[in-house]
Amino acid sequence: MTTSHTEIQSNWTWQDRLGAVAVRCAFRRMRYAVTPGLYAVNDPGADSLVFVSANYKLSFDHLRCSLTGISGWILVLDTKGINVWCAAGKGTFGTEEPVRRVDAVNLKDVVTHRQLIVPQLGAPGLAAHDVAKQCRFHIVYGPVRACDIARFLEAGLKADPAMRRVQFPLRDRLAVVPVEMIGSVGKAAALAGLFGVLAIHRSGTWSWQGLYPEGVTAAGLVFLAYLFVSVIVPAGLPWLPGRAFSLKGACAGLLGWALLWATGLYGRASELMAWCMLFMVMGSFMGLNFTGASTYTSLSGVKKETRLAVPMMAVGLLLSLGLWIRACGIL
Amino acid sequence: MGLYLNNVVTLQLDQDLCVGCARCLEVCPHRVFSMKDNKAWLQDRDACMECGACAKNCPKDAITVQAGVGCAQAVFNSWRTGKTECCCDASCCGGTKKDKE
Repeated sequence: MTTSHTEIQSNWTWQDRLGAVAVRCAFRRMRYAVTPGLYAVNDPGADSLVFVSANYKLSFDHLRCSLTGISGWILVLDTKGINVWCAAGKGTFGTEEPVRRVDAVNLKDVVTHRQLIVPQLGAPGLAAHDVAKQCRFHIVYGPVRACDIARFLEAGLKADPAMRRVQFPLRDRLAVVPVEMIGSVGKAAALAGLFGVLAIHRSGTWSWQGLYPEGVTAAGLVFLAYLFVSVIVPAGLPWLPGRAFSLKGACAGLLGWALLWATGLYGRASELMAWCMLFMVMGSFMGLNFTGASTYTSLSGVKKETRLAVPMMAVGLLLSLGLWIRACGIL
Repeated sequence: MGLYLNNVVTLQLDQDLCVGCARCLEVCPHRVFSMKDNKAWLQDRDACMECGACAKNCPKDAITVQAGVGCAQAVFNSWRTGKTECCCDASCCGGTKKDKE
């Protein structure tokens, strides 16, 4: 059996950086993949370590570029272009795929040792003892973040507790804002359109004259609420009151409404309740949505809060719509 | 103490089956486990996010958890489609989730 691998560099090029920014903005995010197989970084030998990665290019790039000055092999699994943690959750980063890939690249003839370094976040997908049983390669779980690899190697393949822990710092929370916003922009636009169209009637009749400023202002306010909660929920996550994300989101919405009212930007007394409800519902929706991006919500917890929050959000939305219809003099 | 909701997670550890290999401490991303008298114990159960890494990597099956992704969109989709498994759609994270314990 022949073995083949691809030589790669351990540095970011401007194309890699551009690609990373693009996928962070949800552009071609599902098609940002590298070919599964064996890659060589910094001229590795038969005793060099083997690092396992997903074939999502952003995961691969982070690993590759954290190996500056380190010789090693990267075994890229076929995870359908999904990152390590999500692929582990979905089962594509599982027990079978590394066993299959080790065999496909004939790894036992490439290296003399029998060790694979797997990112810790791959652990939900694969059973280390089963991989060892099936392909004779032993799994060593590496740190959560690729940037800790050098220290992990220096410590003799030992990760300290901090390296094992998943955090959710401000930087990471803000990095997912564009993807979250793009995911719900359609719903925000529909809601803005609905409130804007209803606002036309404020002029007393359904005429084009009502479109500006009434219609545009109403639609603009809905969009402003969307922008506000999309940023404030992730940014303020640790400080927003409550533990349930829907509650945190509702608080963010309330804050947005209070700011709007306090600054006097928009303060028609007859509409305050309608807007207050709407801002809170929108915040709650974005908060609940953010459970998917967060790094610490459990399925059981999300089920519990979704069961409670979705009916409340539906009632809140209907109430705010009812109040708005009344404020516009339609009923 | 956990950051998310208290008393909701399905994580269970049978200490009688534990052989003290500490694999669960190694794979847990939220420091839920700790060692006491050469056996694992749940020092912060509410911090568990039910990723399932501990149960999957326990060589003695001493840990059980209904693992899944804590994503409201996935939960909502599974209710809508009537499927038991939770799956996000392509706009979320790929929608290729296999059935998982």
